[in-house]
Amino acid sequence: MTKKLIIRCSKDELIRVRQFTADALDERNIPDLQTHKLVLAVDEVCANLIIHANNCELINKIEFDIKFKPTQIAFTFKDKGIGFDINEYKSPSMDDLISARRQGGLGLILVKRIMDKIEFYNEKSYNICRLIKTYPL
Amino acid sequence: MTEINKENKEDIHLISVKGEIDAGSSILLDNAFREALKNNKKKIAADLSELEYISSAGLGVFISYLEEFSANNIQLVLFGIKESVKQVFDILGLEKLLLIVKTEKDAMNAFDD
Repeated sequence: MTKKLIIRCSKDELIRVRQFTADALDERNIPDLQTHKLVLAVDEVCANLIIHANNCELINKIEFDIKFKPTQIAFTFKDKGIGFDINEYKSPSMDDLISARRQGGLGLILVKRIMDKIEFYNEKSYNICRLIKTYPL
Repeated sequence: MTEINKENKEDIHLISVKGEIDAGSSILLDNAFREALKNNKKKIAADLSELEYISSAGLGVFISYLEEFSANNIQLVLFGIKESVKQVFDILGLEKLLLIVKTEKDAMNAFDD
């Protein structure tokens, strides 16, 4: 089963993405604590795409879908912004963040710790970012 | 919907956070901490009992003030965090960097005089 959502590149859309994801996971009876973490990872990637890949350009769109498979859940983002492979991102250390008094940098650490696999590739001029969580969650 | 209330309780500056803190609303938390710094109180307590969700943008606000609080001898205590939200702090190991207690009473007792 696949659930789909299309959003504008606005931070105001994040709440809609979270609600959409929470509802889809709730329909599958995923436990609340797990749902909270998966929603967070989705929110982090989506915020990154809106802010950094698409510079909050309202005209730009992000297509998001959730696919429930027998052994895993796949969360897929498709956009035409600046491509960015999370797997190649070197996360800063916590000490660096504290001493630099930086507010950014934690999001992708969370995504990597919550999800089992992250895929990134280009397809027909779209960037595809897919987060995979394998059962048991 | 995010709501942040601030009040002074004797020598403590209390910040109460309600709702959801994400990339759009983390600026409200940042403003609250900036105001707290101007307040000149050396004890800041953050009531997170009605915080339903926090993303890295909000967590980053806590992290970004650690050095400044330390340099100004300001103590920060967080209390009342729901289990779902607490697990997010734990994923990043923030429980080792931030003083997190269960109740408001615990928070008041956690401050050094």
